[in-house]
Amino acid sequence: MKRLWRFFPALPALMLSGCTVDLLQPRGPIADGNRNMMVLEWAVMMCVVVPVIIATVAFAWKYRASNKKAEYWPDWDNSHKIETCVWAIPIAIIFVLSCISFWSTHFYDPYKPLTQEQLAKEQAENNKPLRIQVVALDWKWLFIYPDLGIATVNELDVPTKTELSFVITSDAAMTSFFIPQLGSQIYAMAGMETQLHLLAREAGTYRGEASQYTGPGFSDQKFLAIAMPTEQFQSWVENVKNGGSRFASSEPLNDSTYVKVSAPQMKAPVTYFADAQSDLFEHIVAKYNNGHVKNPDTGKIMNMQAASDGSASNDTGM
Amino acid sequence: MSSDTTHSPASGHEGHVDHNDVKVFGFWVYLMTDCVLFGTLFTIFAVMCHQYAGGPTGKELFNITNVGVETAILLVSSITYGFAMINAFAQRKSAVLTWLLVTALLGLSFLVLEVKEFAELIGDGAGPDRSAFLSSFFTLVGTHGLHVTFGLIWMTVLFFQIMGKQGLGERMIGKLTCLSLFWHFLDIVWICVFTFVYLGSVM
Amino acid sequence: MLGKLTLSDIPFDVPILVGTFIGVAVIGIAVLAAITYFGKWGYLWREWLTTVDHKKLGVMYIVLAIVMLVRGLADAIMMRTQQALAFNGNPGYLPPHHYDQIYSAHGTIMIFFMAMAFMTGLFNFAIPLQIGARDVAFPFLNSVSFYMTLSGAILINLSLFIGEFANVGWLAYPPVSELAFNPGVGIDYYIWAVQISGIGTLLTGVNFFTTIVKLRAPGMKWMEMPVFTWTAFYSIIMILITFPVLTVALACLSLDRYLGMHFFTNDGGGSVMLYLNLIWAWGHPEVYILVLPGFGVFSEIAAVFSGKPLFGYKTMVYASGAICFLGCVVWVHHFFTMGAGADVNTFFGIATMLIAIPTGVKIFNWLFTMYKGRVRFEGPMNWIVGFMITFSIGGMTGVMLAMPAADWVLHNSLFLVAHFHNTIIGGVYFGYVAGLSYWFPKCFGYKLNEFFGKWAFRCWFVGYYVTFVPLYIAGLEGMTRRLNHYDNPNWYPLMLISCVGAFIIILGTLCIVAQLILAVVDAVKGKHDARDLTGDNWGDGRTLEWSIPSPVPHYNFARLPVVRGLDTFHIEKKLGRPAPVAPLEPIHMPKYTGVGAVMGLFTVLMGFALVWHIWWLAGLTFLGLILSVVYRSDDLDVDFYVPVSEIQANEDAFAKRIAAAQAAE
Repeated sequence: MKRLWRFFPALPALMLSGCTVDLLQPRGPIADGNRNMMVLEWAVMMCVVVPVIIATVAFAWKYRASNKKAEYWPDWDNSHKIETCVWAIPIAIIFVLSCISFWSTHFYDPYKPLTQEQLAKEQAENNKPLRIQVVALDWKWLFIYPDLGIATVNELDVPTKTELSFVITSDAAMTSFFIPQLGSQIYAMAGMETQLHLLAREAGTYRGEASQYTGPGFSDQKFLAIAMPTEQFQSWVENVKNGGSRFASSEPLNDSTYVKVSAPQMKAPVTYFADAQSDLFEHIVAKYNNGHVKNPDTGKIMNMQAASDGSASNDTGM
Repeated sequence: MSSDTTHSPASGHEGHVDHNDVKVFGFWVYLMTDCVLFGTLFTIFAVMCHQYAGGPTGKELFNITNVGVETAILLVSSITYGFAMINAFAQRKSAVLTWLLVTALLGLSFLVLEVKEFAELIGDGAGPDRSAFLSSFFTLVGTHGLHVTFGLIWMTVLFFQIMGKQGLGERMIGKLTCLSLFWHFLDIVWICVFTFVYLGSVM
Repeated sequence: MLGKLTLSDIPFDVPILVGTFIGVAVIGIAVLAAITYFGKWGYLWREWLTTVDHKKLGVMYIVLAIVMLVRGLADAIMMRTQQALAFNGNPGYLPPHHYDQIYSAHGTIMIFFMAMAFMTGLFNFAIPLQIGARDVAFPFLNSVSFYMTLSGAILINLSLFIGEFANVGWLAYPPVSELAFNPGVGIDYYIWAVQISGIGTLLTGVNFFTTIVKLRAPGMKWMEMPVFTWTAFYSIIMILITFPVLTVALACLSLDRYLGMHFFTNDGGGSVMLYLNLIWAWGHPEVYILVLPGFGVFSEIAAVFSGKPLFGYKTMVYASGAICFLGCVVWVHHFFTMGAGADVNTFFGIATMLIAIPTGVKIFNWLFTMYKGRVRFEGPMNWIVGFMITFSIGGMTGVMLAMPAADWVLHNSLFLVAHFHNTIIGGVYFGYVAGLSYWFPKCFGYKLNEFFGKWAFRCWFVGYYVTFVPLYIAGLEGMTRRLNHYDNPNWYPLMLISCVGAFIIILGTLCIVAQLILAVVDAVKGKHDARDLTGDNWGDGRTLEWSIPSPVPHYNFARLPVVRGLDTFHIEKKLGRPAPVAPLEPIHMPKYTGVGAVMGLFTVLMGFALVWHIWWLAGLTFLGLILSVVYRSDDLDVDFYVPVSEIQANEDAFAKRIAAAQAAE
């Protein structure tokens, strides 16, 4: 308990400091949608929950046994009028919410690219979507930018006002890829490719996390998602390619170095790779599918050389 | 009928319920849960049946003749069990014992064939750890085999109980009826196994 | 000889565990010594351990549930304290490996050995009495079921001191629960503890389904069954449908671990998502299995303590049926984030929301049961008001989570954790505790202490909000569940408040324990004013169980009651009970047997042997189990008749007590 008190003086300061409620302070259109749906549902449900709570307290008080003035109908157990109402009210509310749910589930489907209207609203219609391949490892995140030929560990740098098109897999435990302030999360599973489309509206540093438990290193399986204006992003890319950053790795990222990169590690430091093998992601997926992987462009099944087979899948026992 | 501990001849298995009908009903309910269990295993097999992981497929592995013989044996054993039941209702003790023996022998030969098939598969490197397909195959068929094994143990126990003091009393009729339901149920499950697992893989 | 088990598997190096072990050992030795000192071993064996009486089994289930509640709460306190400490570089006092076991054990114990055991205990005690039966359909099987549950509980608690427990959460998601990631025995303890108790639950389901269908008192139509029995019936149907799925899911996981199969592994064609589907196809119905009987208890209590019939009995029955059906078809909402298509997500999202309709109807019906009533706020009634407020909020957040577009950000967050505690504490736990104080006098003939009852409720109610409202907020701040440490300053004050709440809940639990201890003291002293003389302890009892003496004689009903509609006892009180025409007859009852206890012992040993790969012991105990069943099947001396003289004496004494009580008024 002593340790607990050590922090006590800092309490008020903590409460006053820029407290962000991530899910209520979205920084992108998808997260806006998540937030709106949440708040809308909350508001609609409050319309019935608040009266119910008030009625519970009121009835309990008014019809308390000691209140002999209150009416008492000892045999009353049915009323068609009330029965109709108690079915009709929830049905009406759920009907409304179901319609909203139907629309929003389709509209915000993580697999669906952003619509032209959404992009236009974010002034992003002229920026080509950025493809990012995400690999969940024990206990870190590997981000491969296939169109840029670079890769990073535990830091995701993205341009603002650009659609981010993620393809996600895992080369270890199953987990979930989640940046709360940018919106929806999606599972990362070995041998499978899931998709997610996000967009960062404004520059900033957002926390990213693995939200599904993965083992002893889970609590530190976090990353920072840094969104920056397009020009700044370009120079960041240049910097990574030049190996000029203090995070730069001396080695390229390919099938053979991947074995070392993917080894289980807690609190892995941020690392930049200037040169990432273009089909590494496909190799990672393929090794769980007997060498088969779906071609992202054509949707056809291709046969792959399953690289660094079994390197990470079996040696992760702690 | 006072404080003594005489039991009425009609007393059920649990000593409390006087009617076999409650017991048989309860056994039905149990069988329904077993149905869900097999249903789940079939579902798993349906999900896994193409996950060969580079290993052999069902078409390459299964010997349909062998399975056909197994099927025939199990079906016949259901009929012979039926004969045992008819004789049990007619209180013909030795006939019941004979038919139970025949049924048990048929069940045993079914098991022997199944174990032989499993042993050959494992010997050929197609054991349950080879691929998800084989895992689900061995589990589904093995669970059925395990049920048959328990049926055989049960049958053996009843065999000796009929020979012993319990004879063919009402309580024993209840037990025989439950085992009969169990045995026919396993038959039905096997027909599904034969159709979906073996024929489905070969065709 | 001992498989994988070596001396180094006993965690001498973890001071918390050694301390706990010493504590448990001291208490255990004290209890054993007390039993020996008072010479109660024979009594314990003859009257309790060998019993096949549904009432005593019910009591033993609930004792088990309360012990497990204490264990689960100890885990909860450790988790809350850890999160209140482990901020900004402070590692807290629990390393991840230990912390992960604690939250896994907390969930597993609370669901399987607290809630399920509590629920089964209430089923056992109340259902036969409510339907006017003298016992369940298969009394011996009932005792076996109890010993299966107990075996699972013993196994999970053994893992505390010998080896380790699962460190992957209460549902043991693969692939982290697979051998490649988790070679230790923790997951194996989890698998066998849950598997064994699950089989016990399945047998209970078969038993009570048969009991309700076949053993209702003469004349009791379906639409005349008490609501608790109805909700229990639905819950049992769900048990029958879903527990085999759990059995298969766990069996496949163990095959992966023991025989190297590839159901849920990353490689070899295994599929993690298959496990998620299977486990939630059981897991989601499971929460309705738990909550429906809670609803049933509330329905009984609301009527009795409002001095009115339940409002809309038929609606209640249909609404429960709708929940039973819908509860089985919504499991995918636990993984909207798996990447299924929008249509699949929409279907399961809307199906989930639909459950809010019958649930809402129920809340309204309880509301209108109080309306124009005479509501007495004695022990059980407090919980129902707390429940209606808390559960409404839980329902609201549940509907929020049911919409995929919102769930995509709330999934796996503390918001979710707060939501399910909201419904499980508010609905399940409040309901069961209310049921405990409602039926306690019927069971023992003594009321629970009112003062501590009130404070138990107040502490739990306030404690719940202080603990879980901060977790709702932390969830909205993006905090995920199962974190061992964190460095986000926004979360820290919330975790501190939450920790305080957990201690308030502990106070509430202590009040419940105090109630139980005081009841024992009352009974020993023979304190008169706490006694229930008339059998109708609450004065407004409506269902059959209140028409017989408290404590209930072992044969329950001297004459099988003749049912005259819904709430027969209430009708009889109003219109007068018809004088019995037939003379008393000897009652046919099952004899007690120790076979169940022996099977339980074999089961614990077998589970332990399987966990540690001690194959000879596993084989031997399995053989023992089979031989036990054969022995039982060969035993013809299983029943006896209760003599008329004994029944008559009980009836006369009961009539005298009622007359005395009426004279005293």
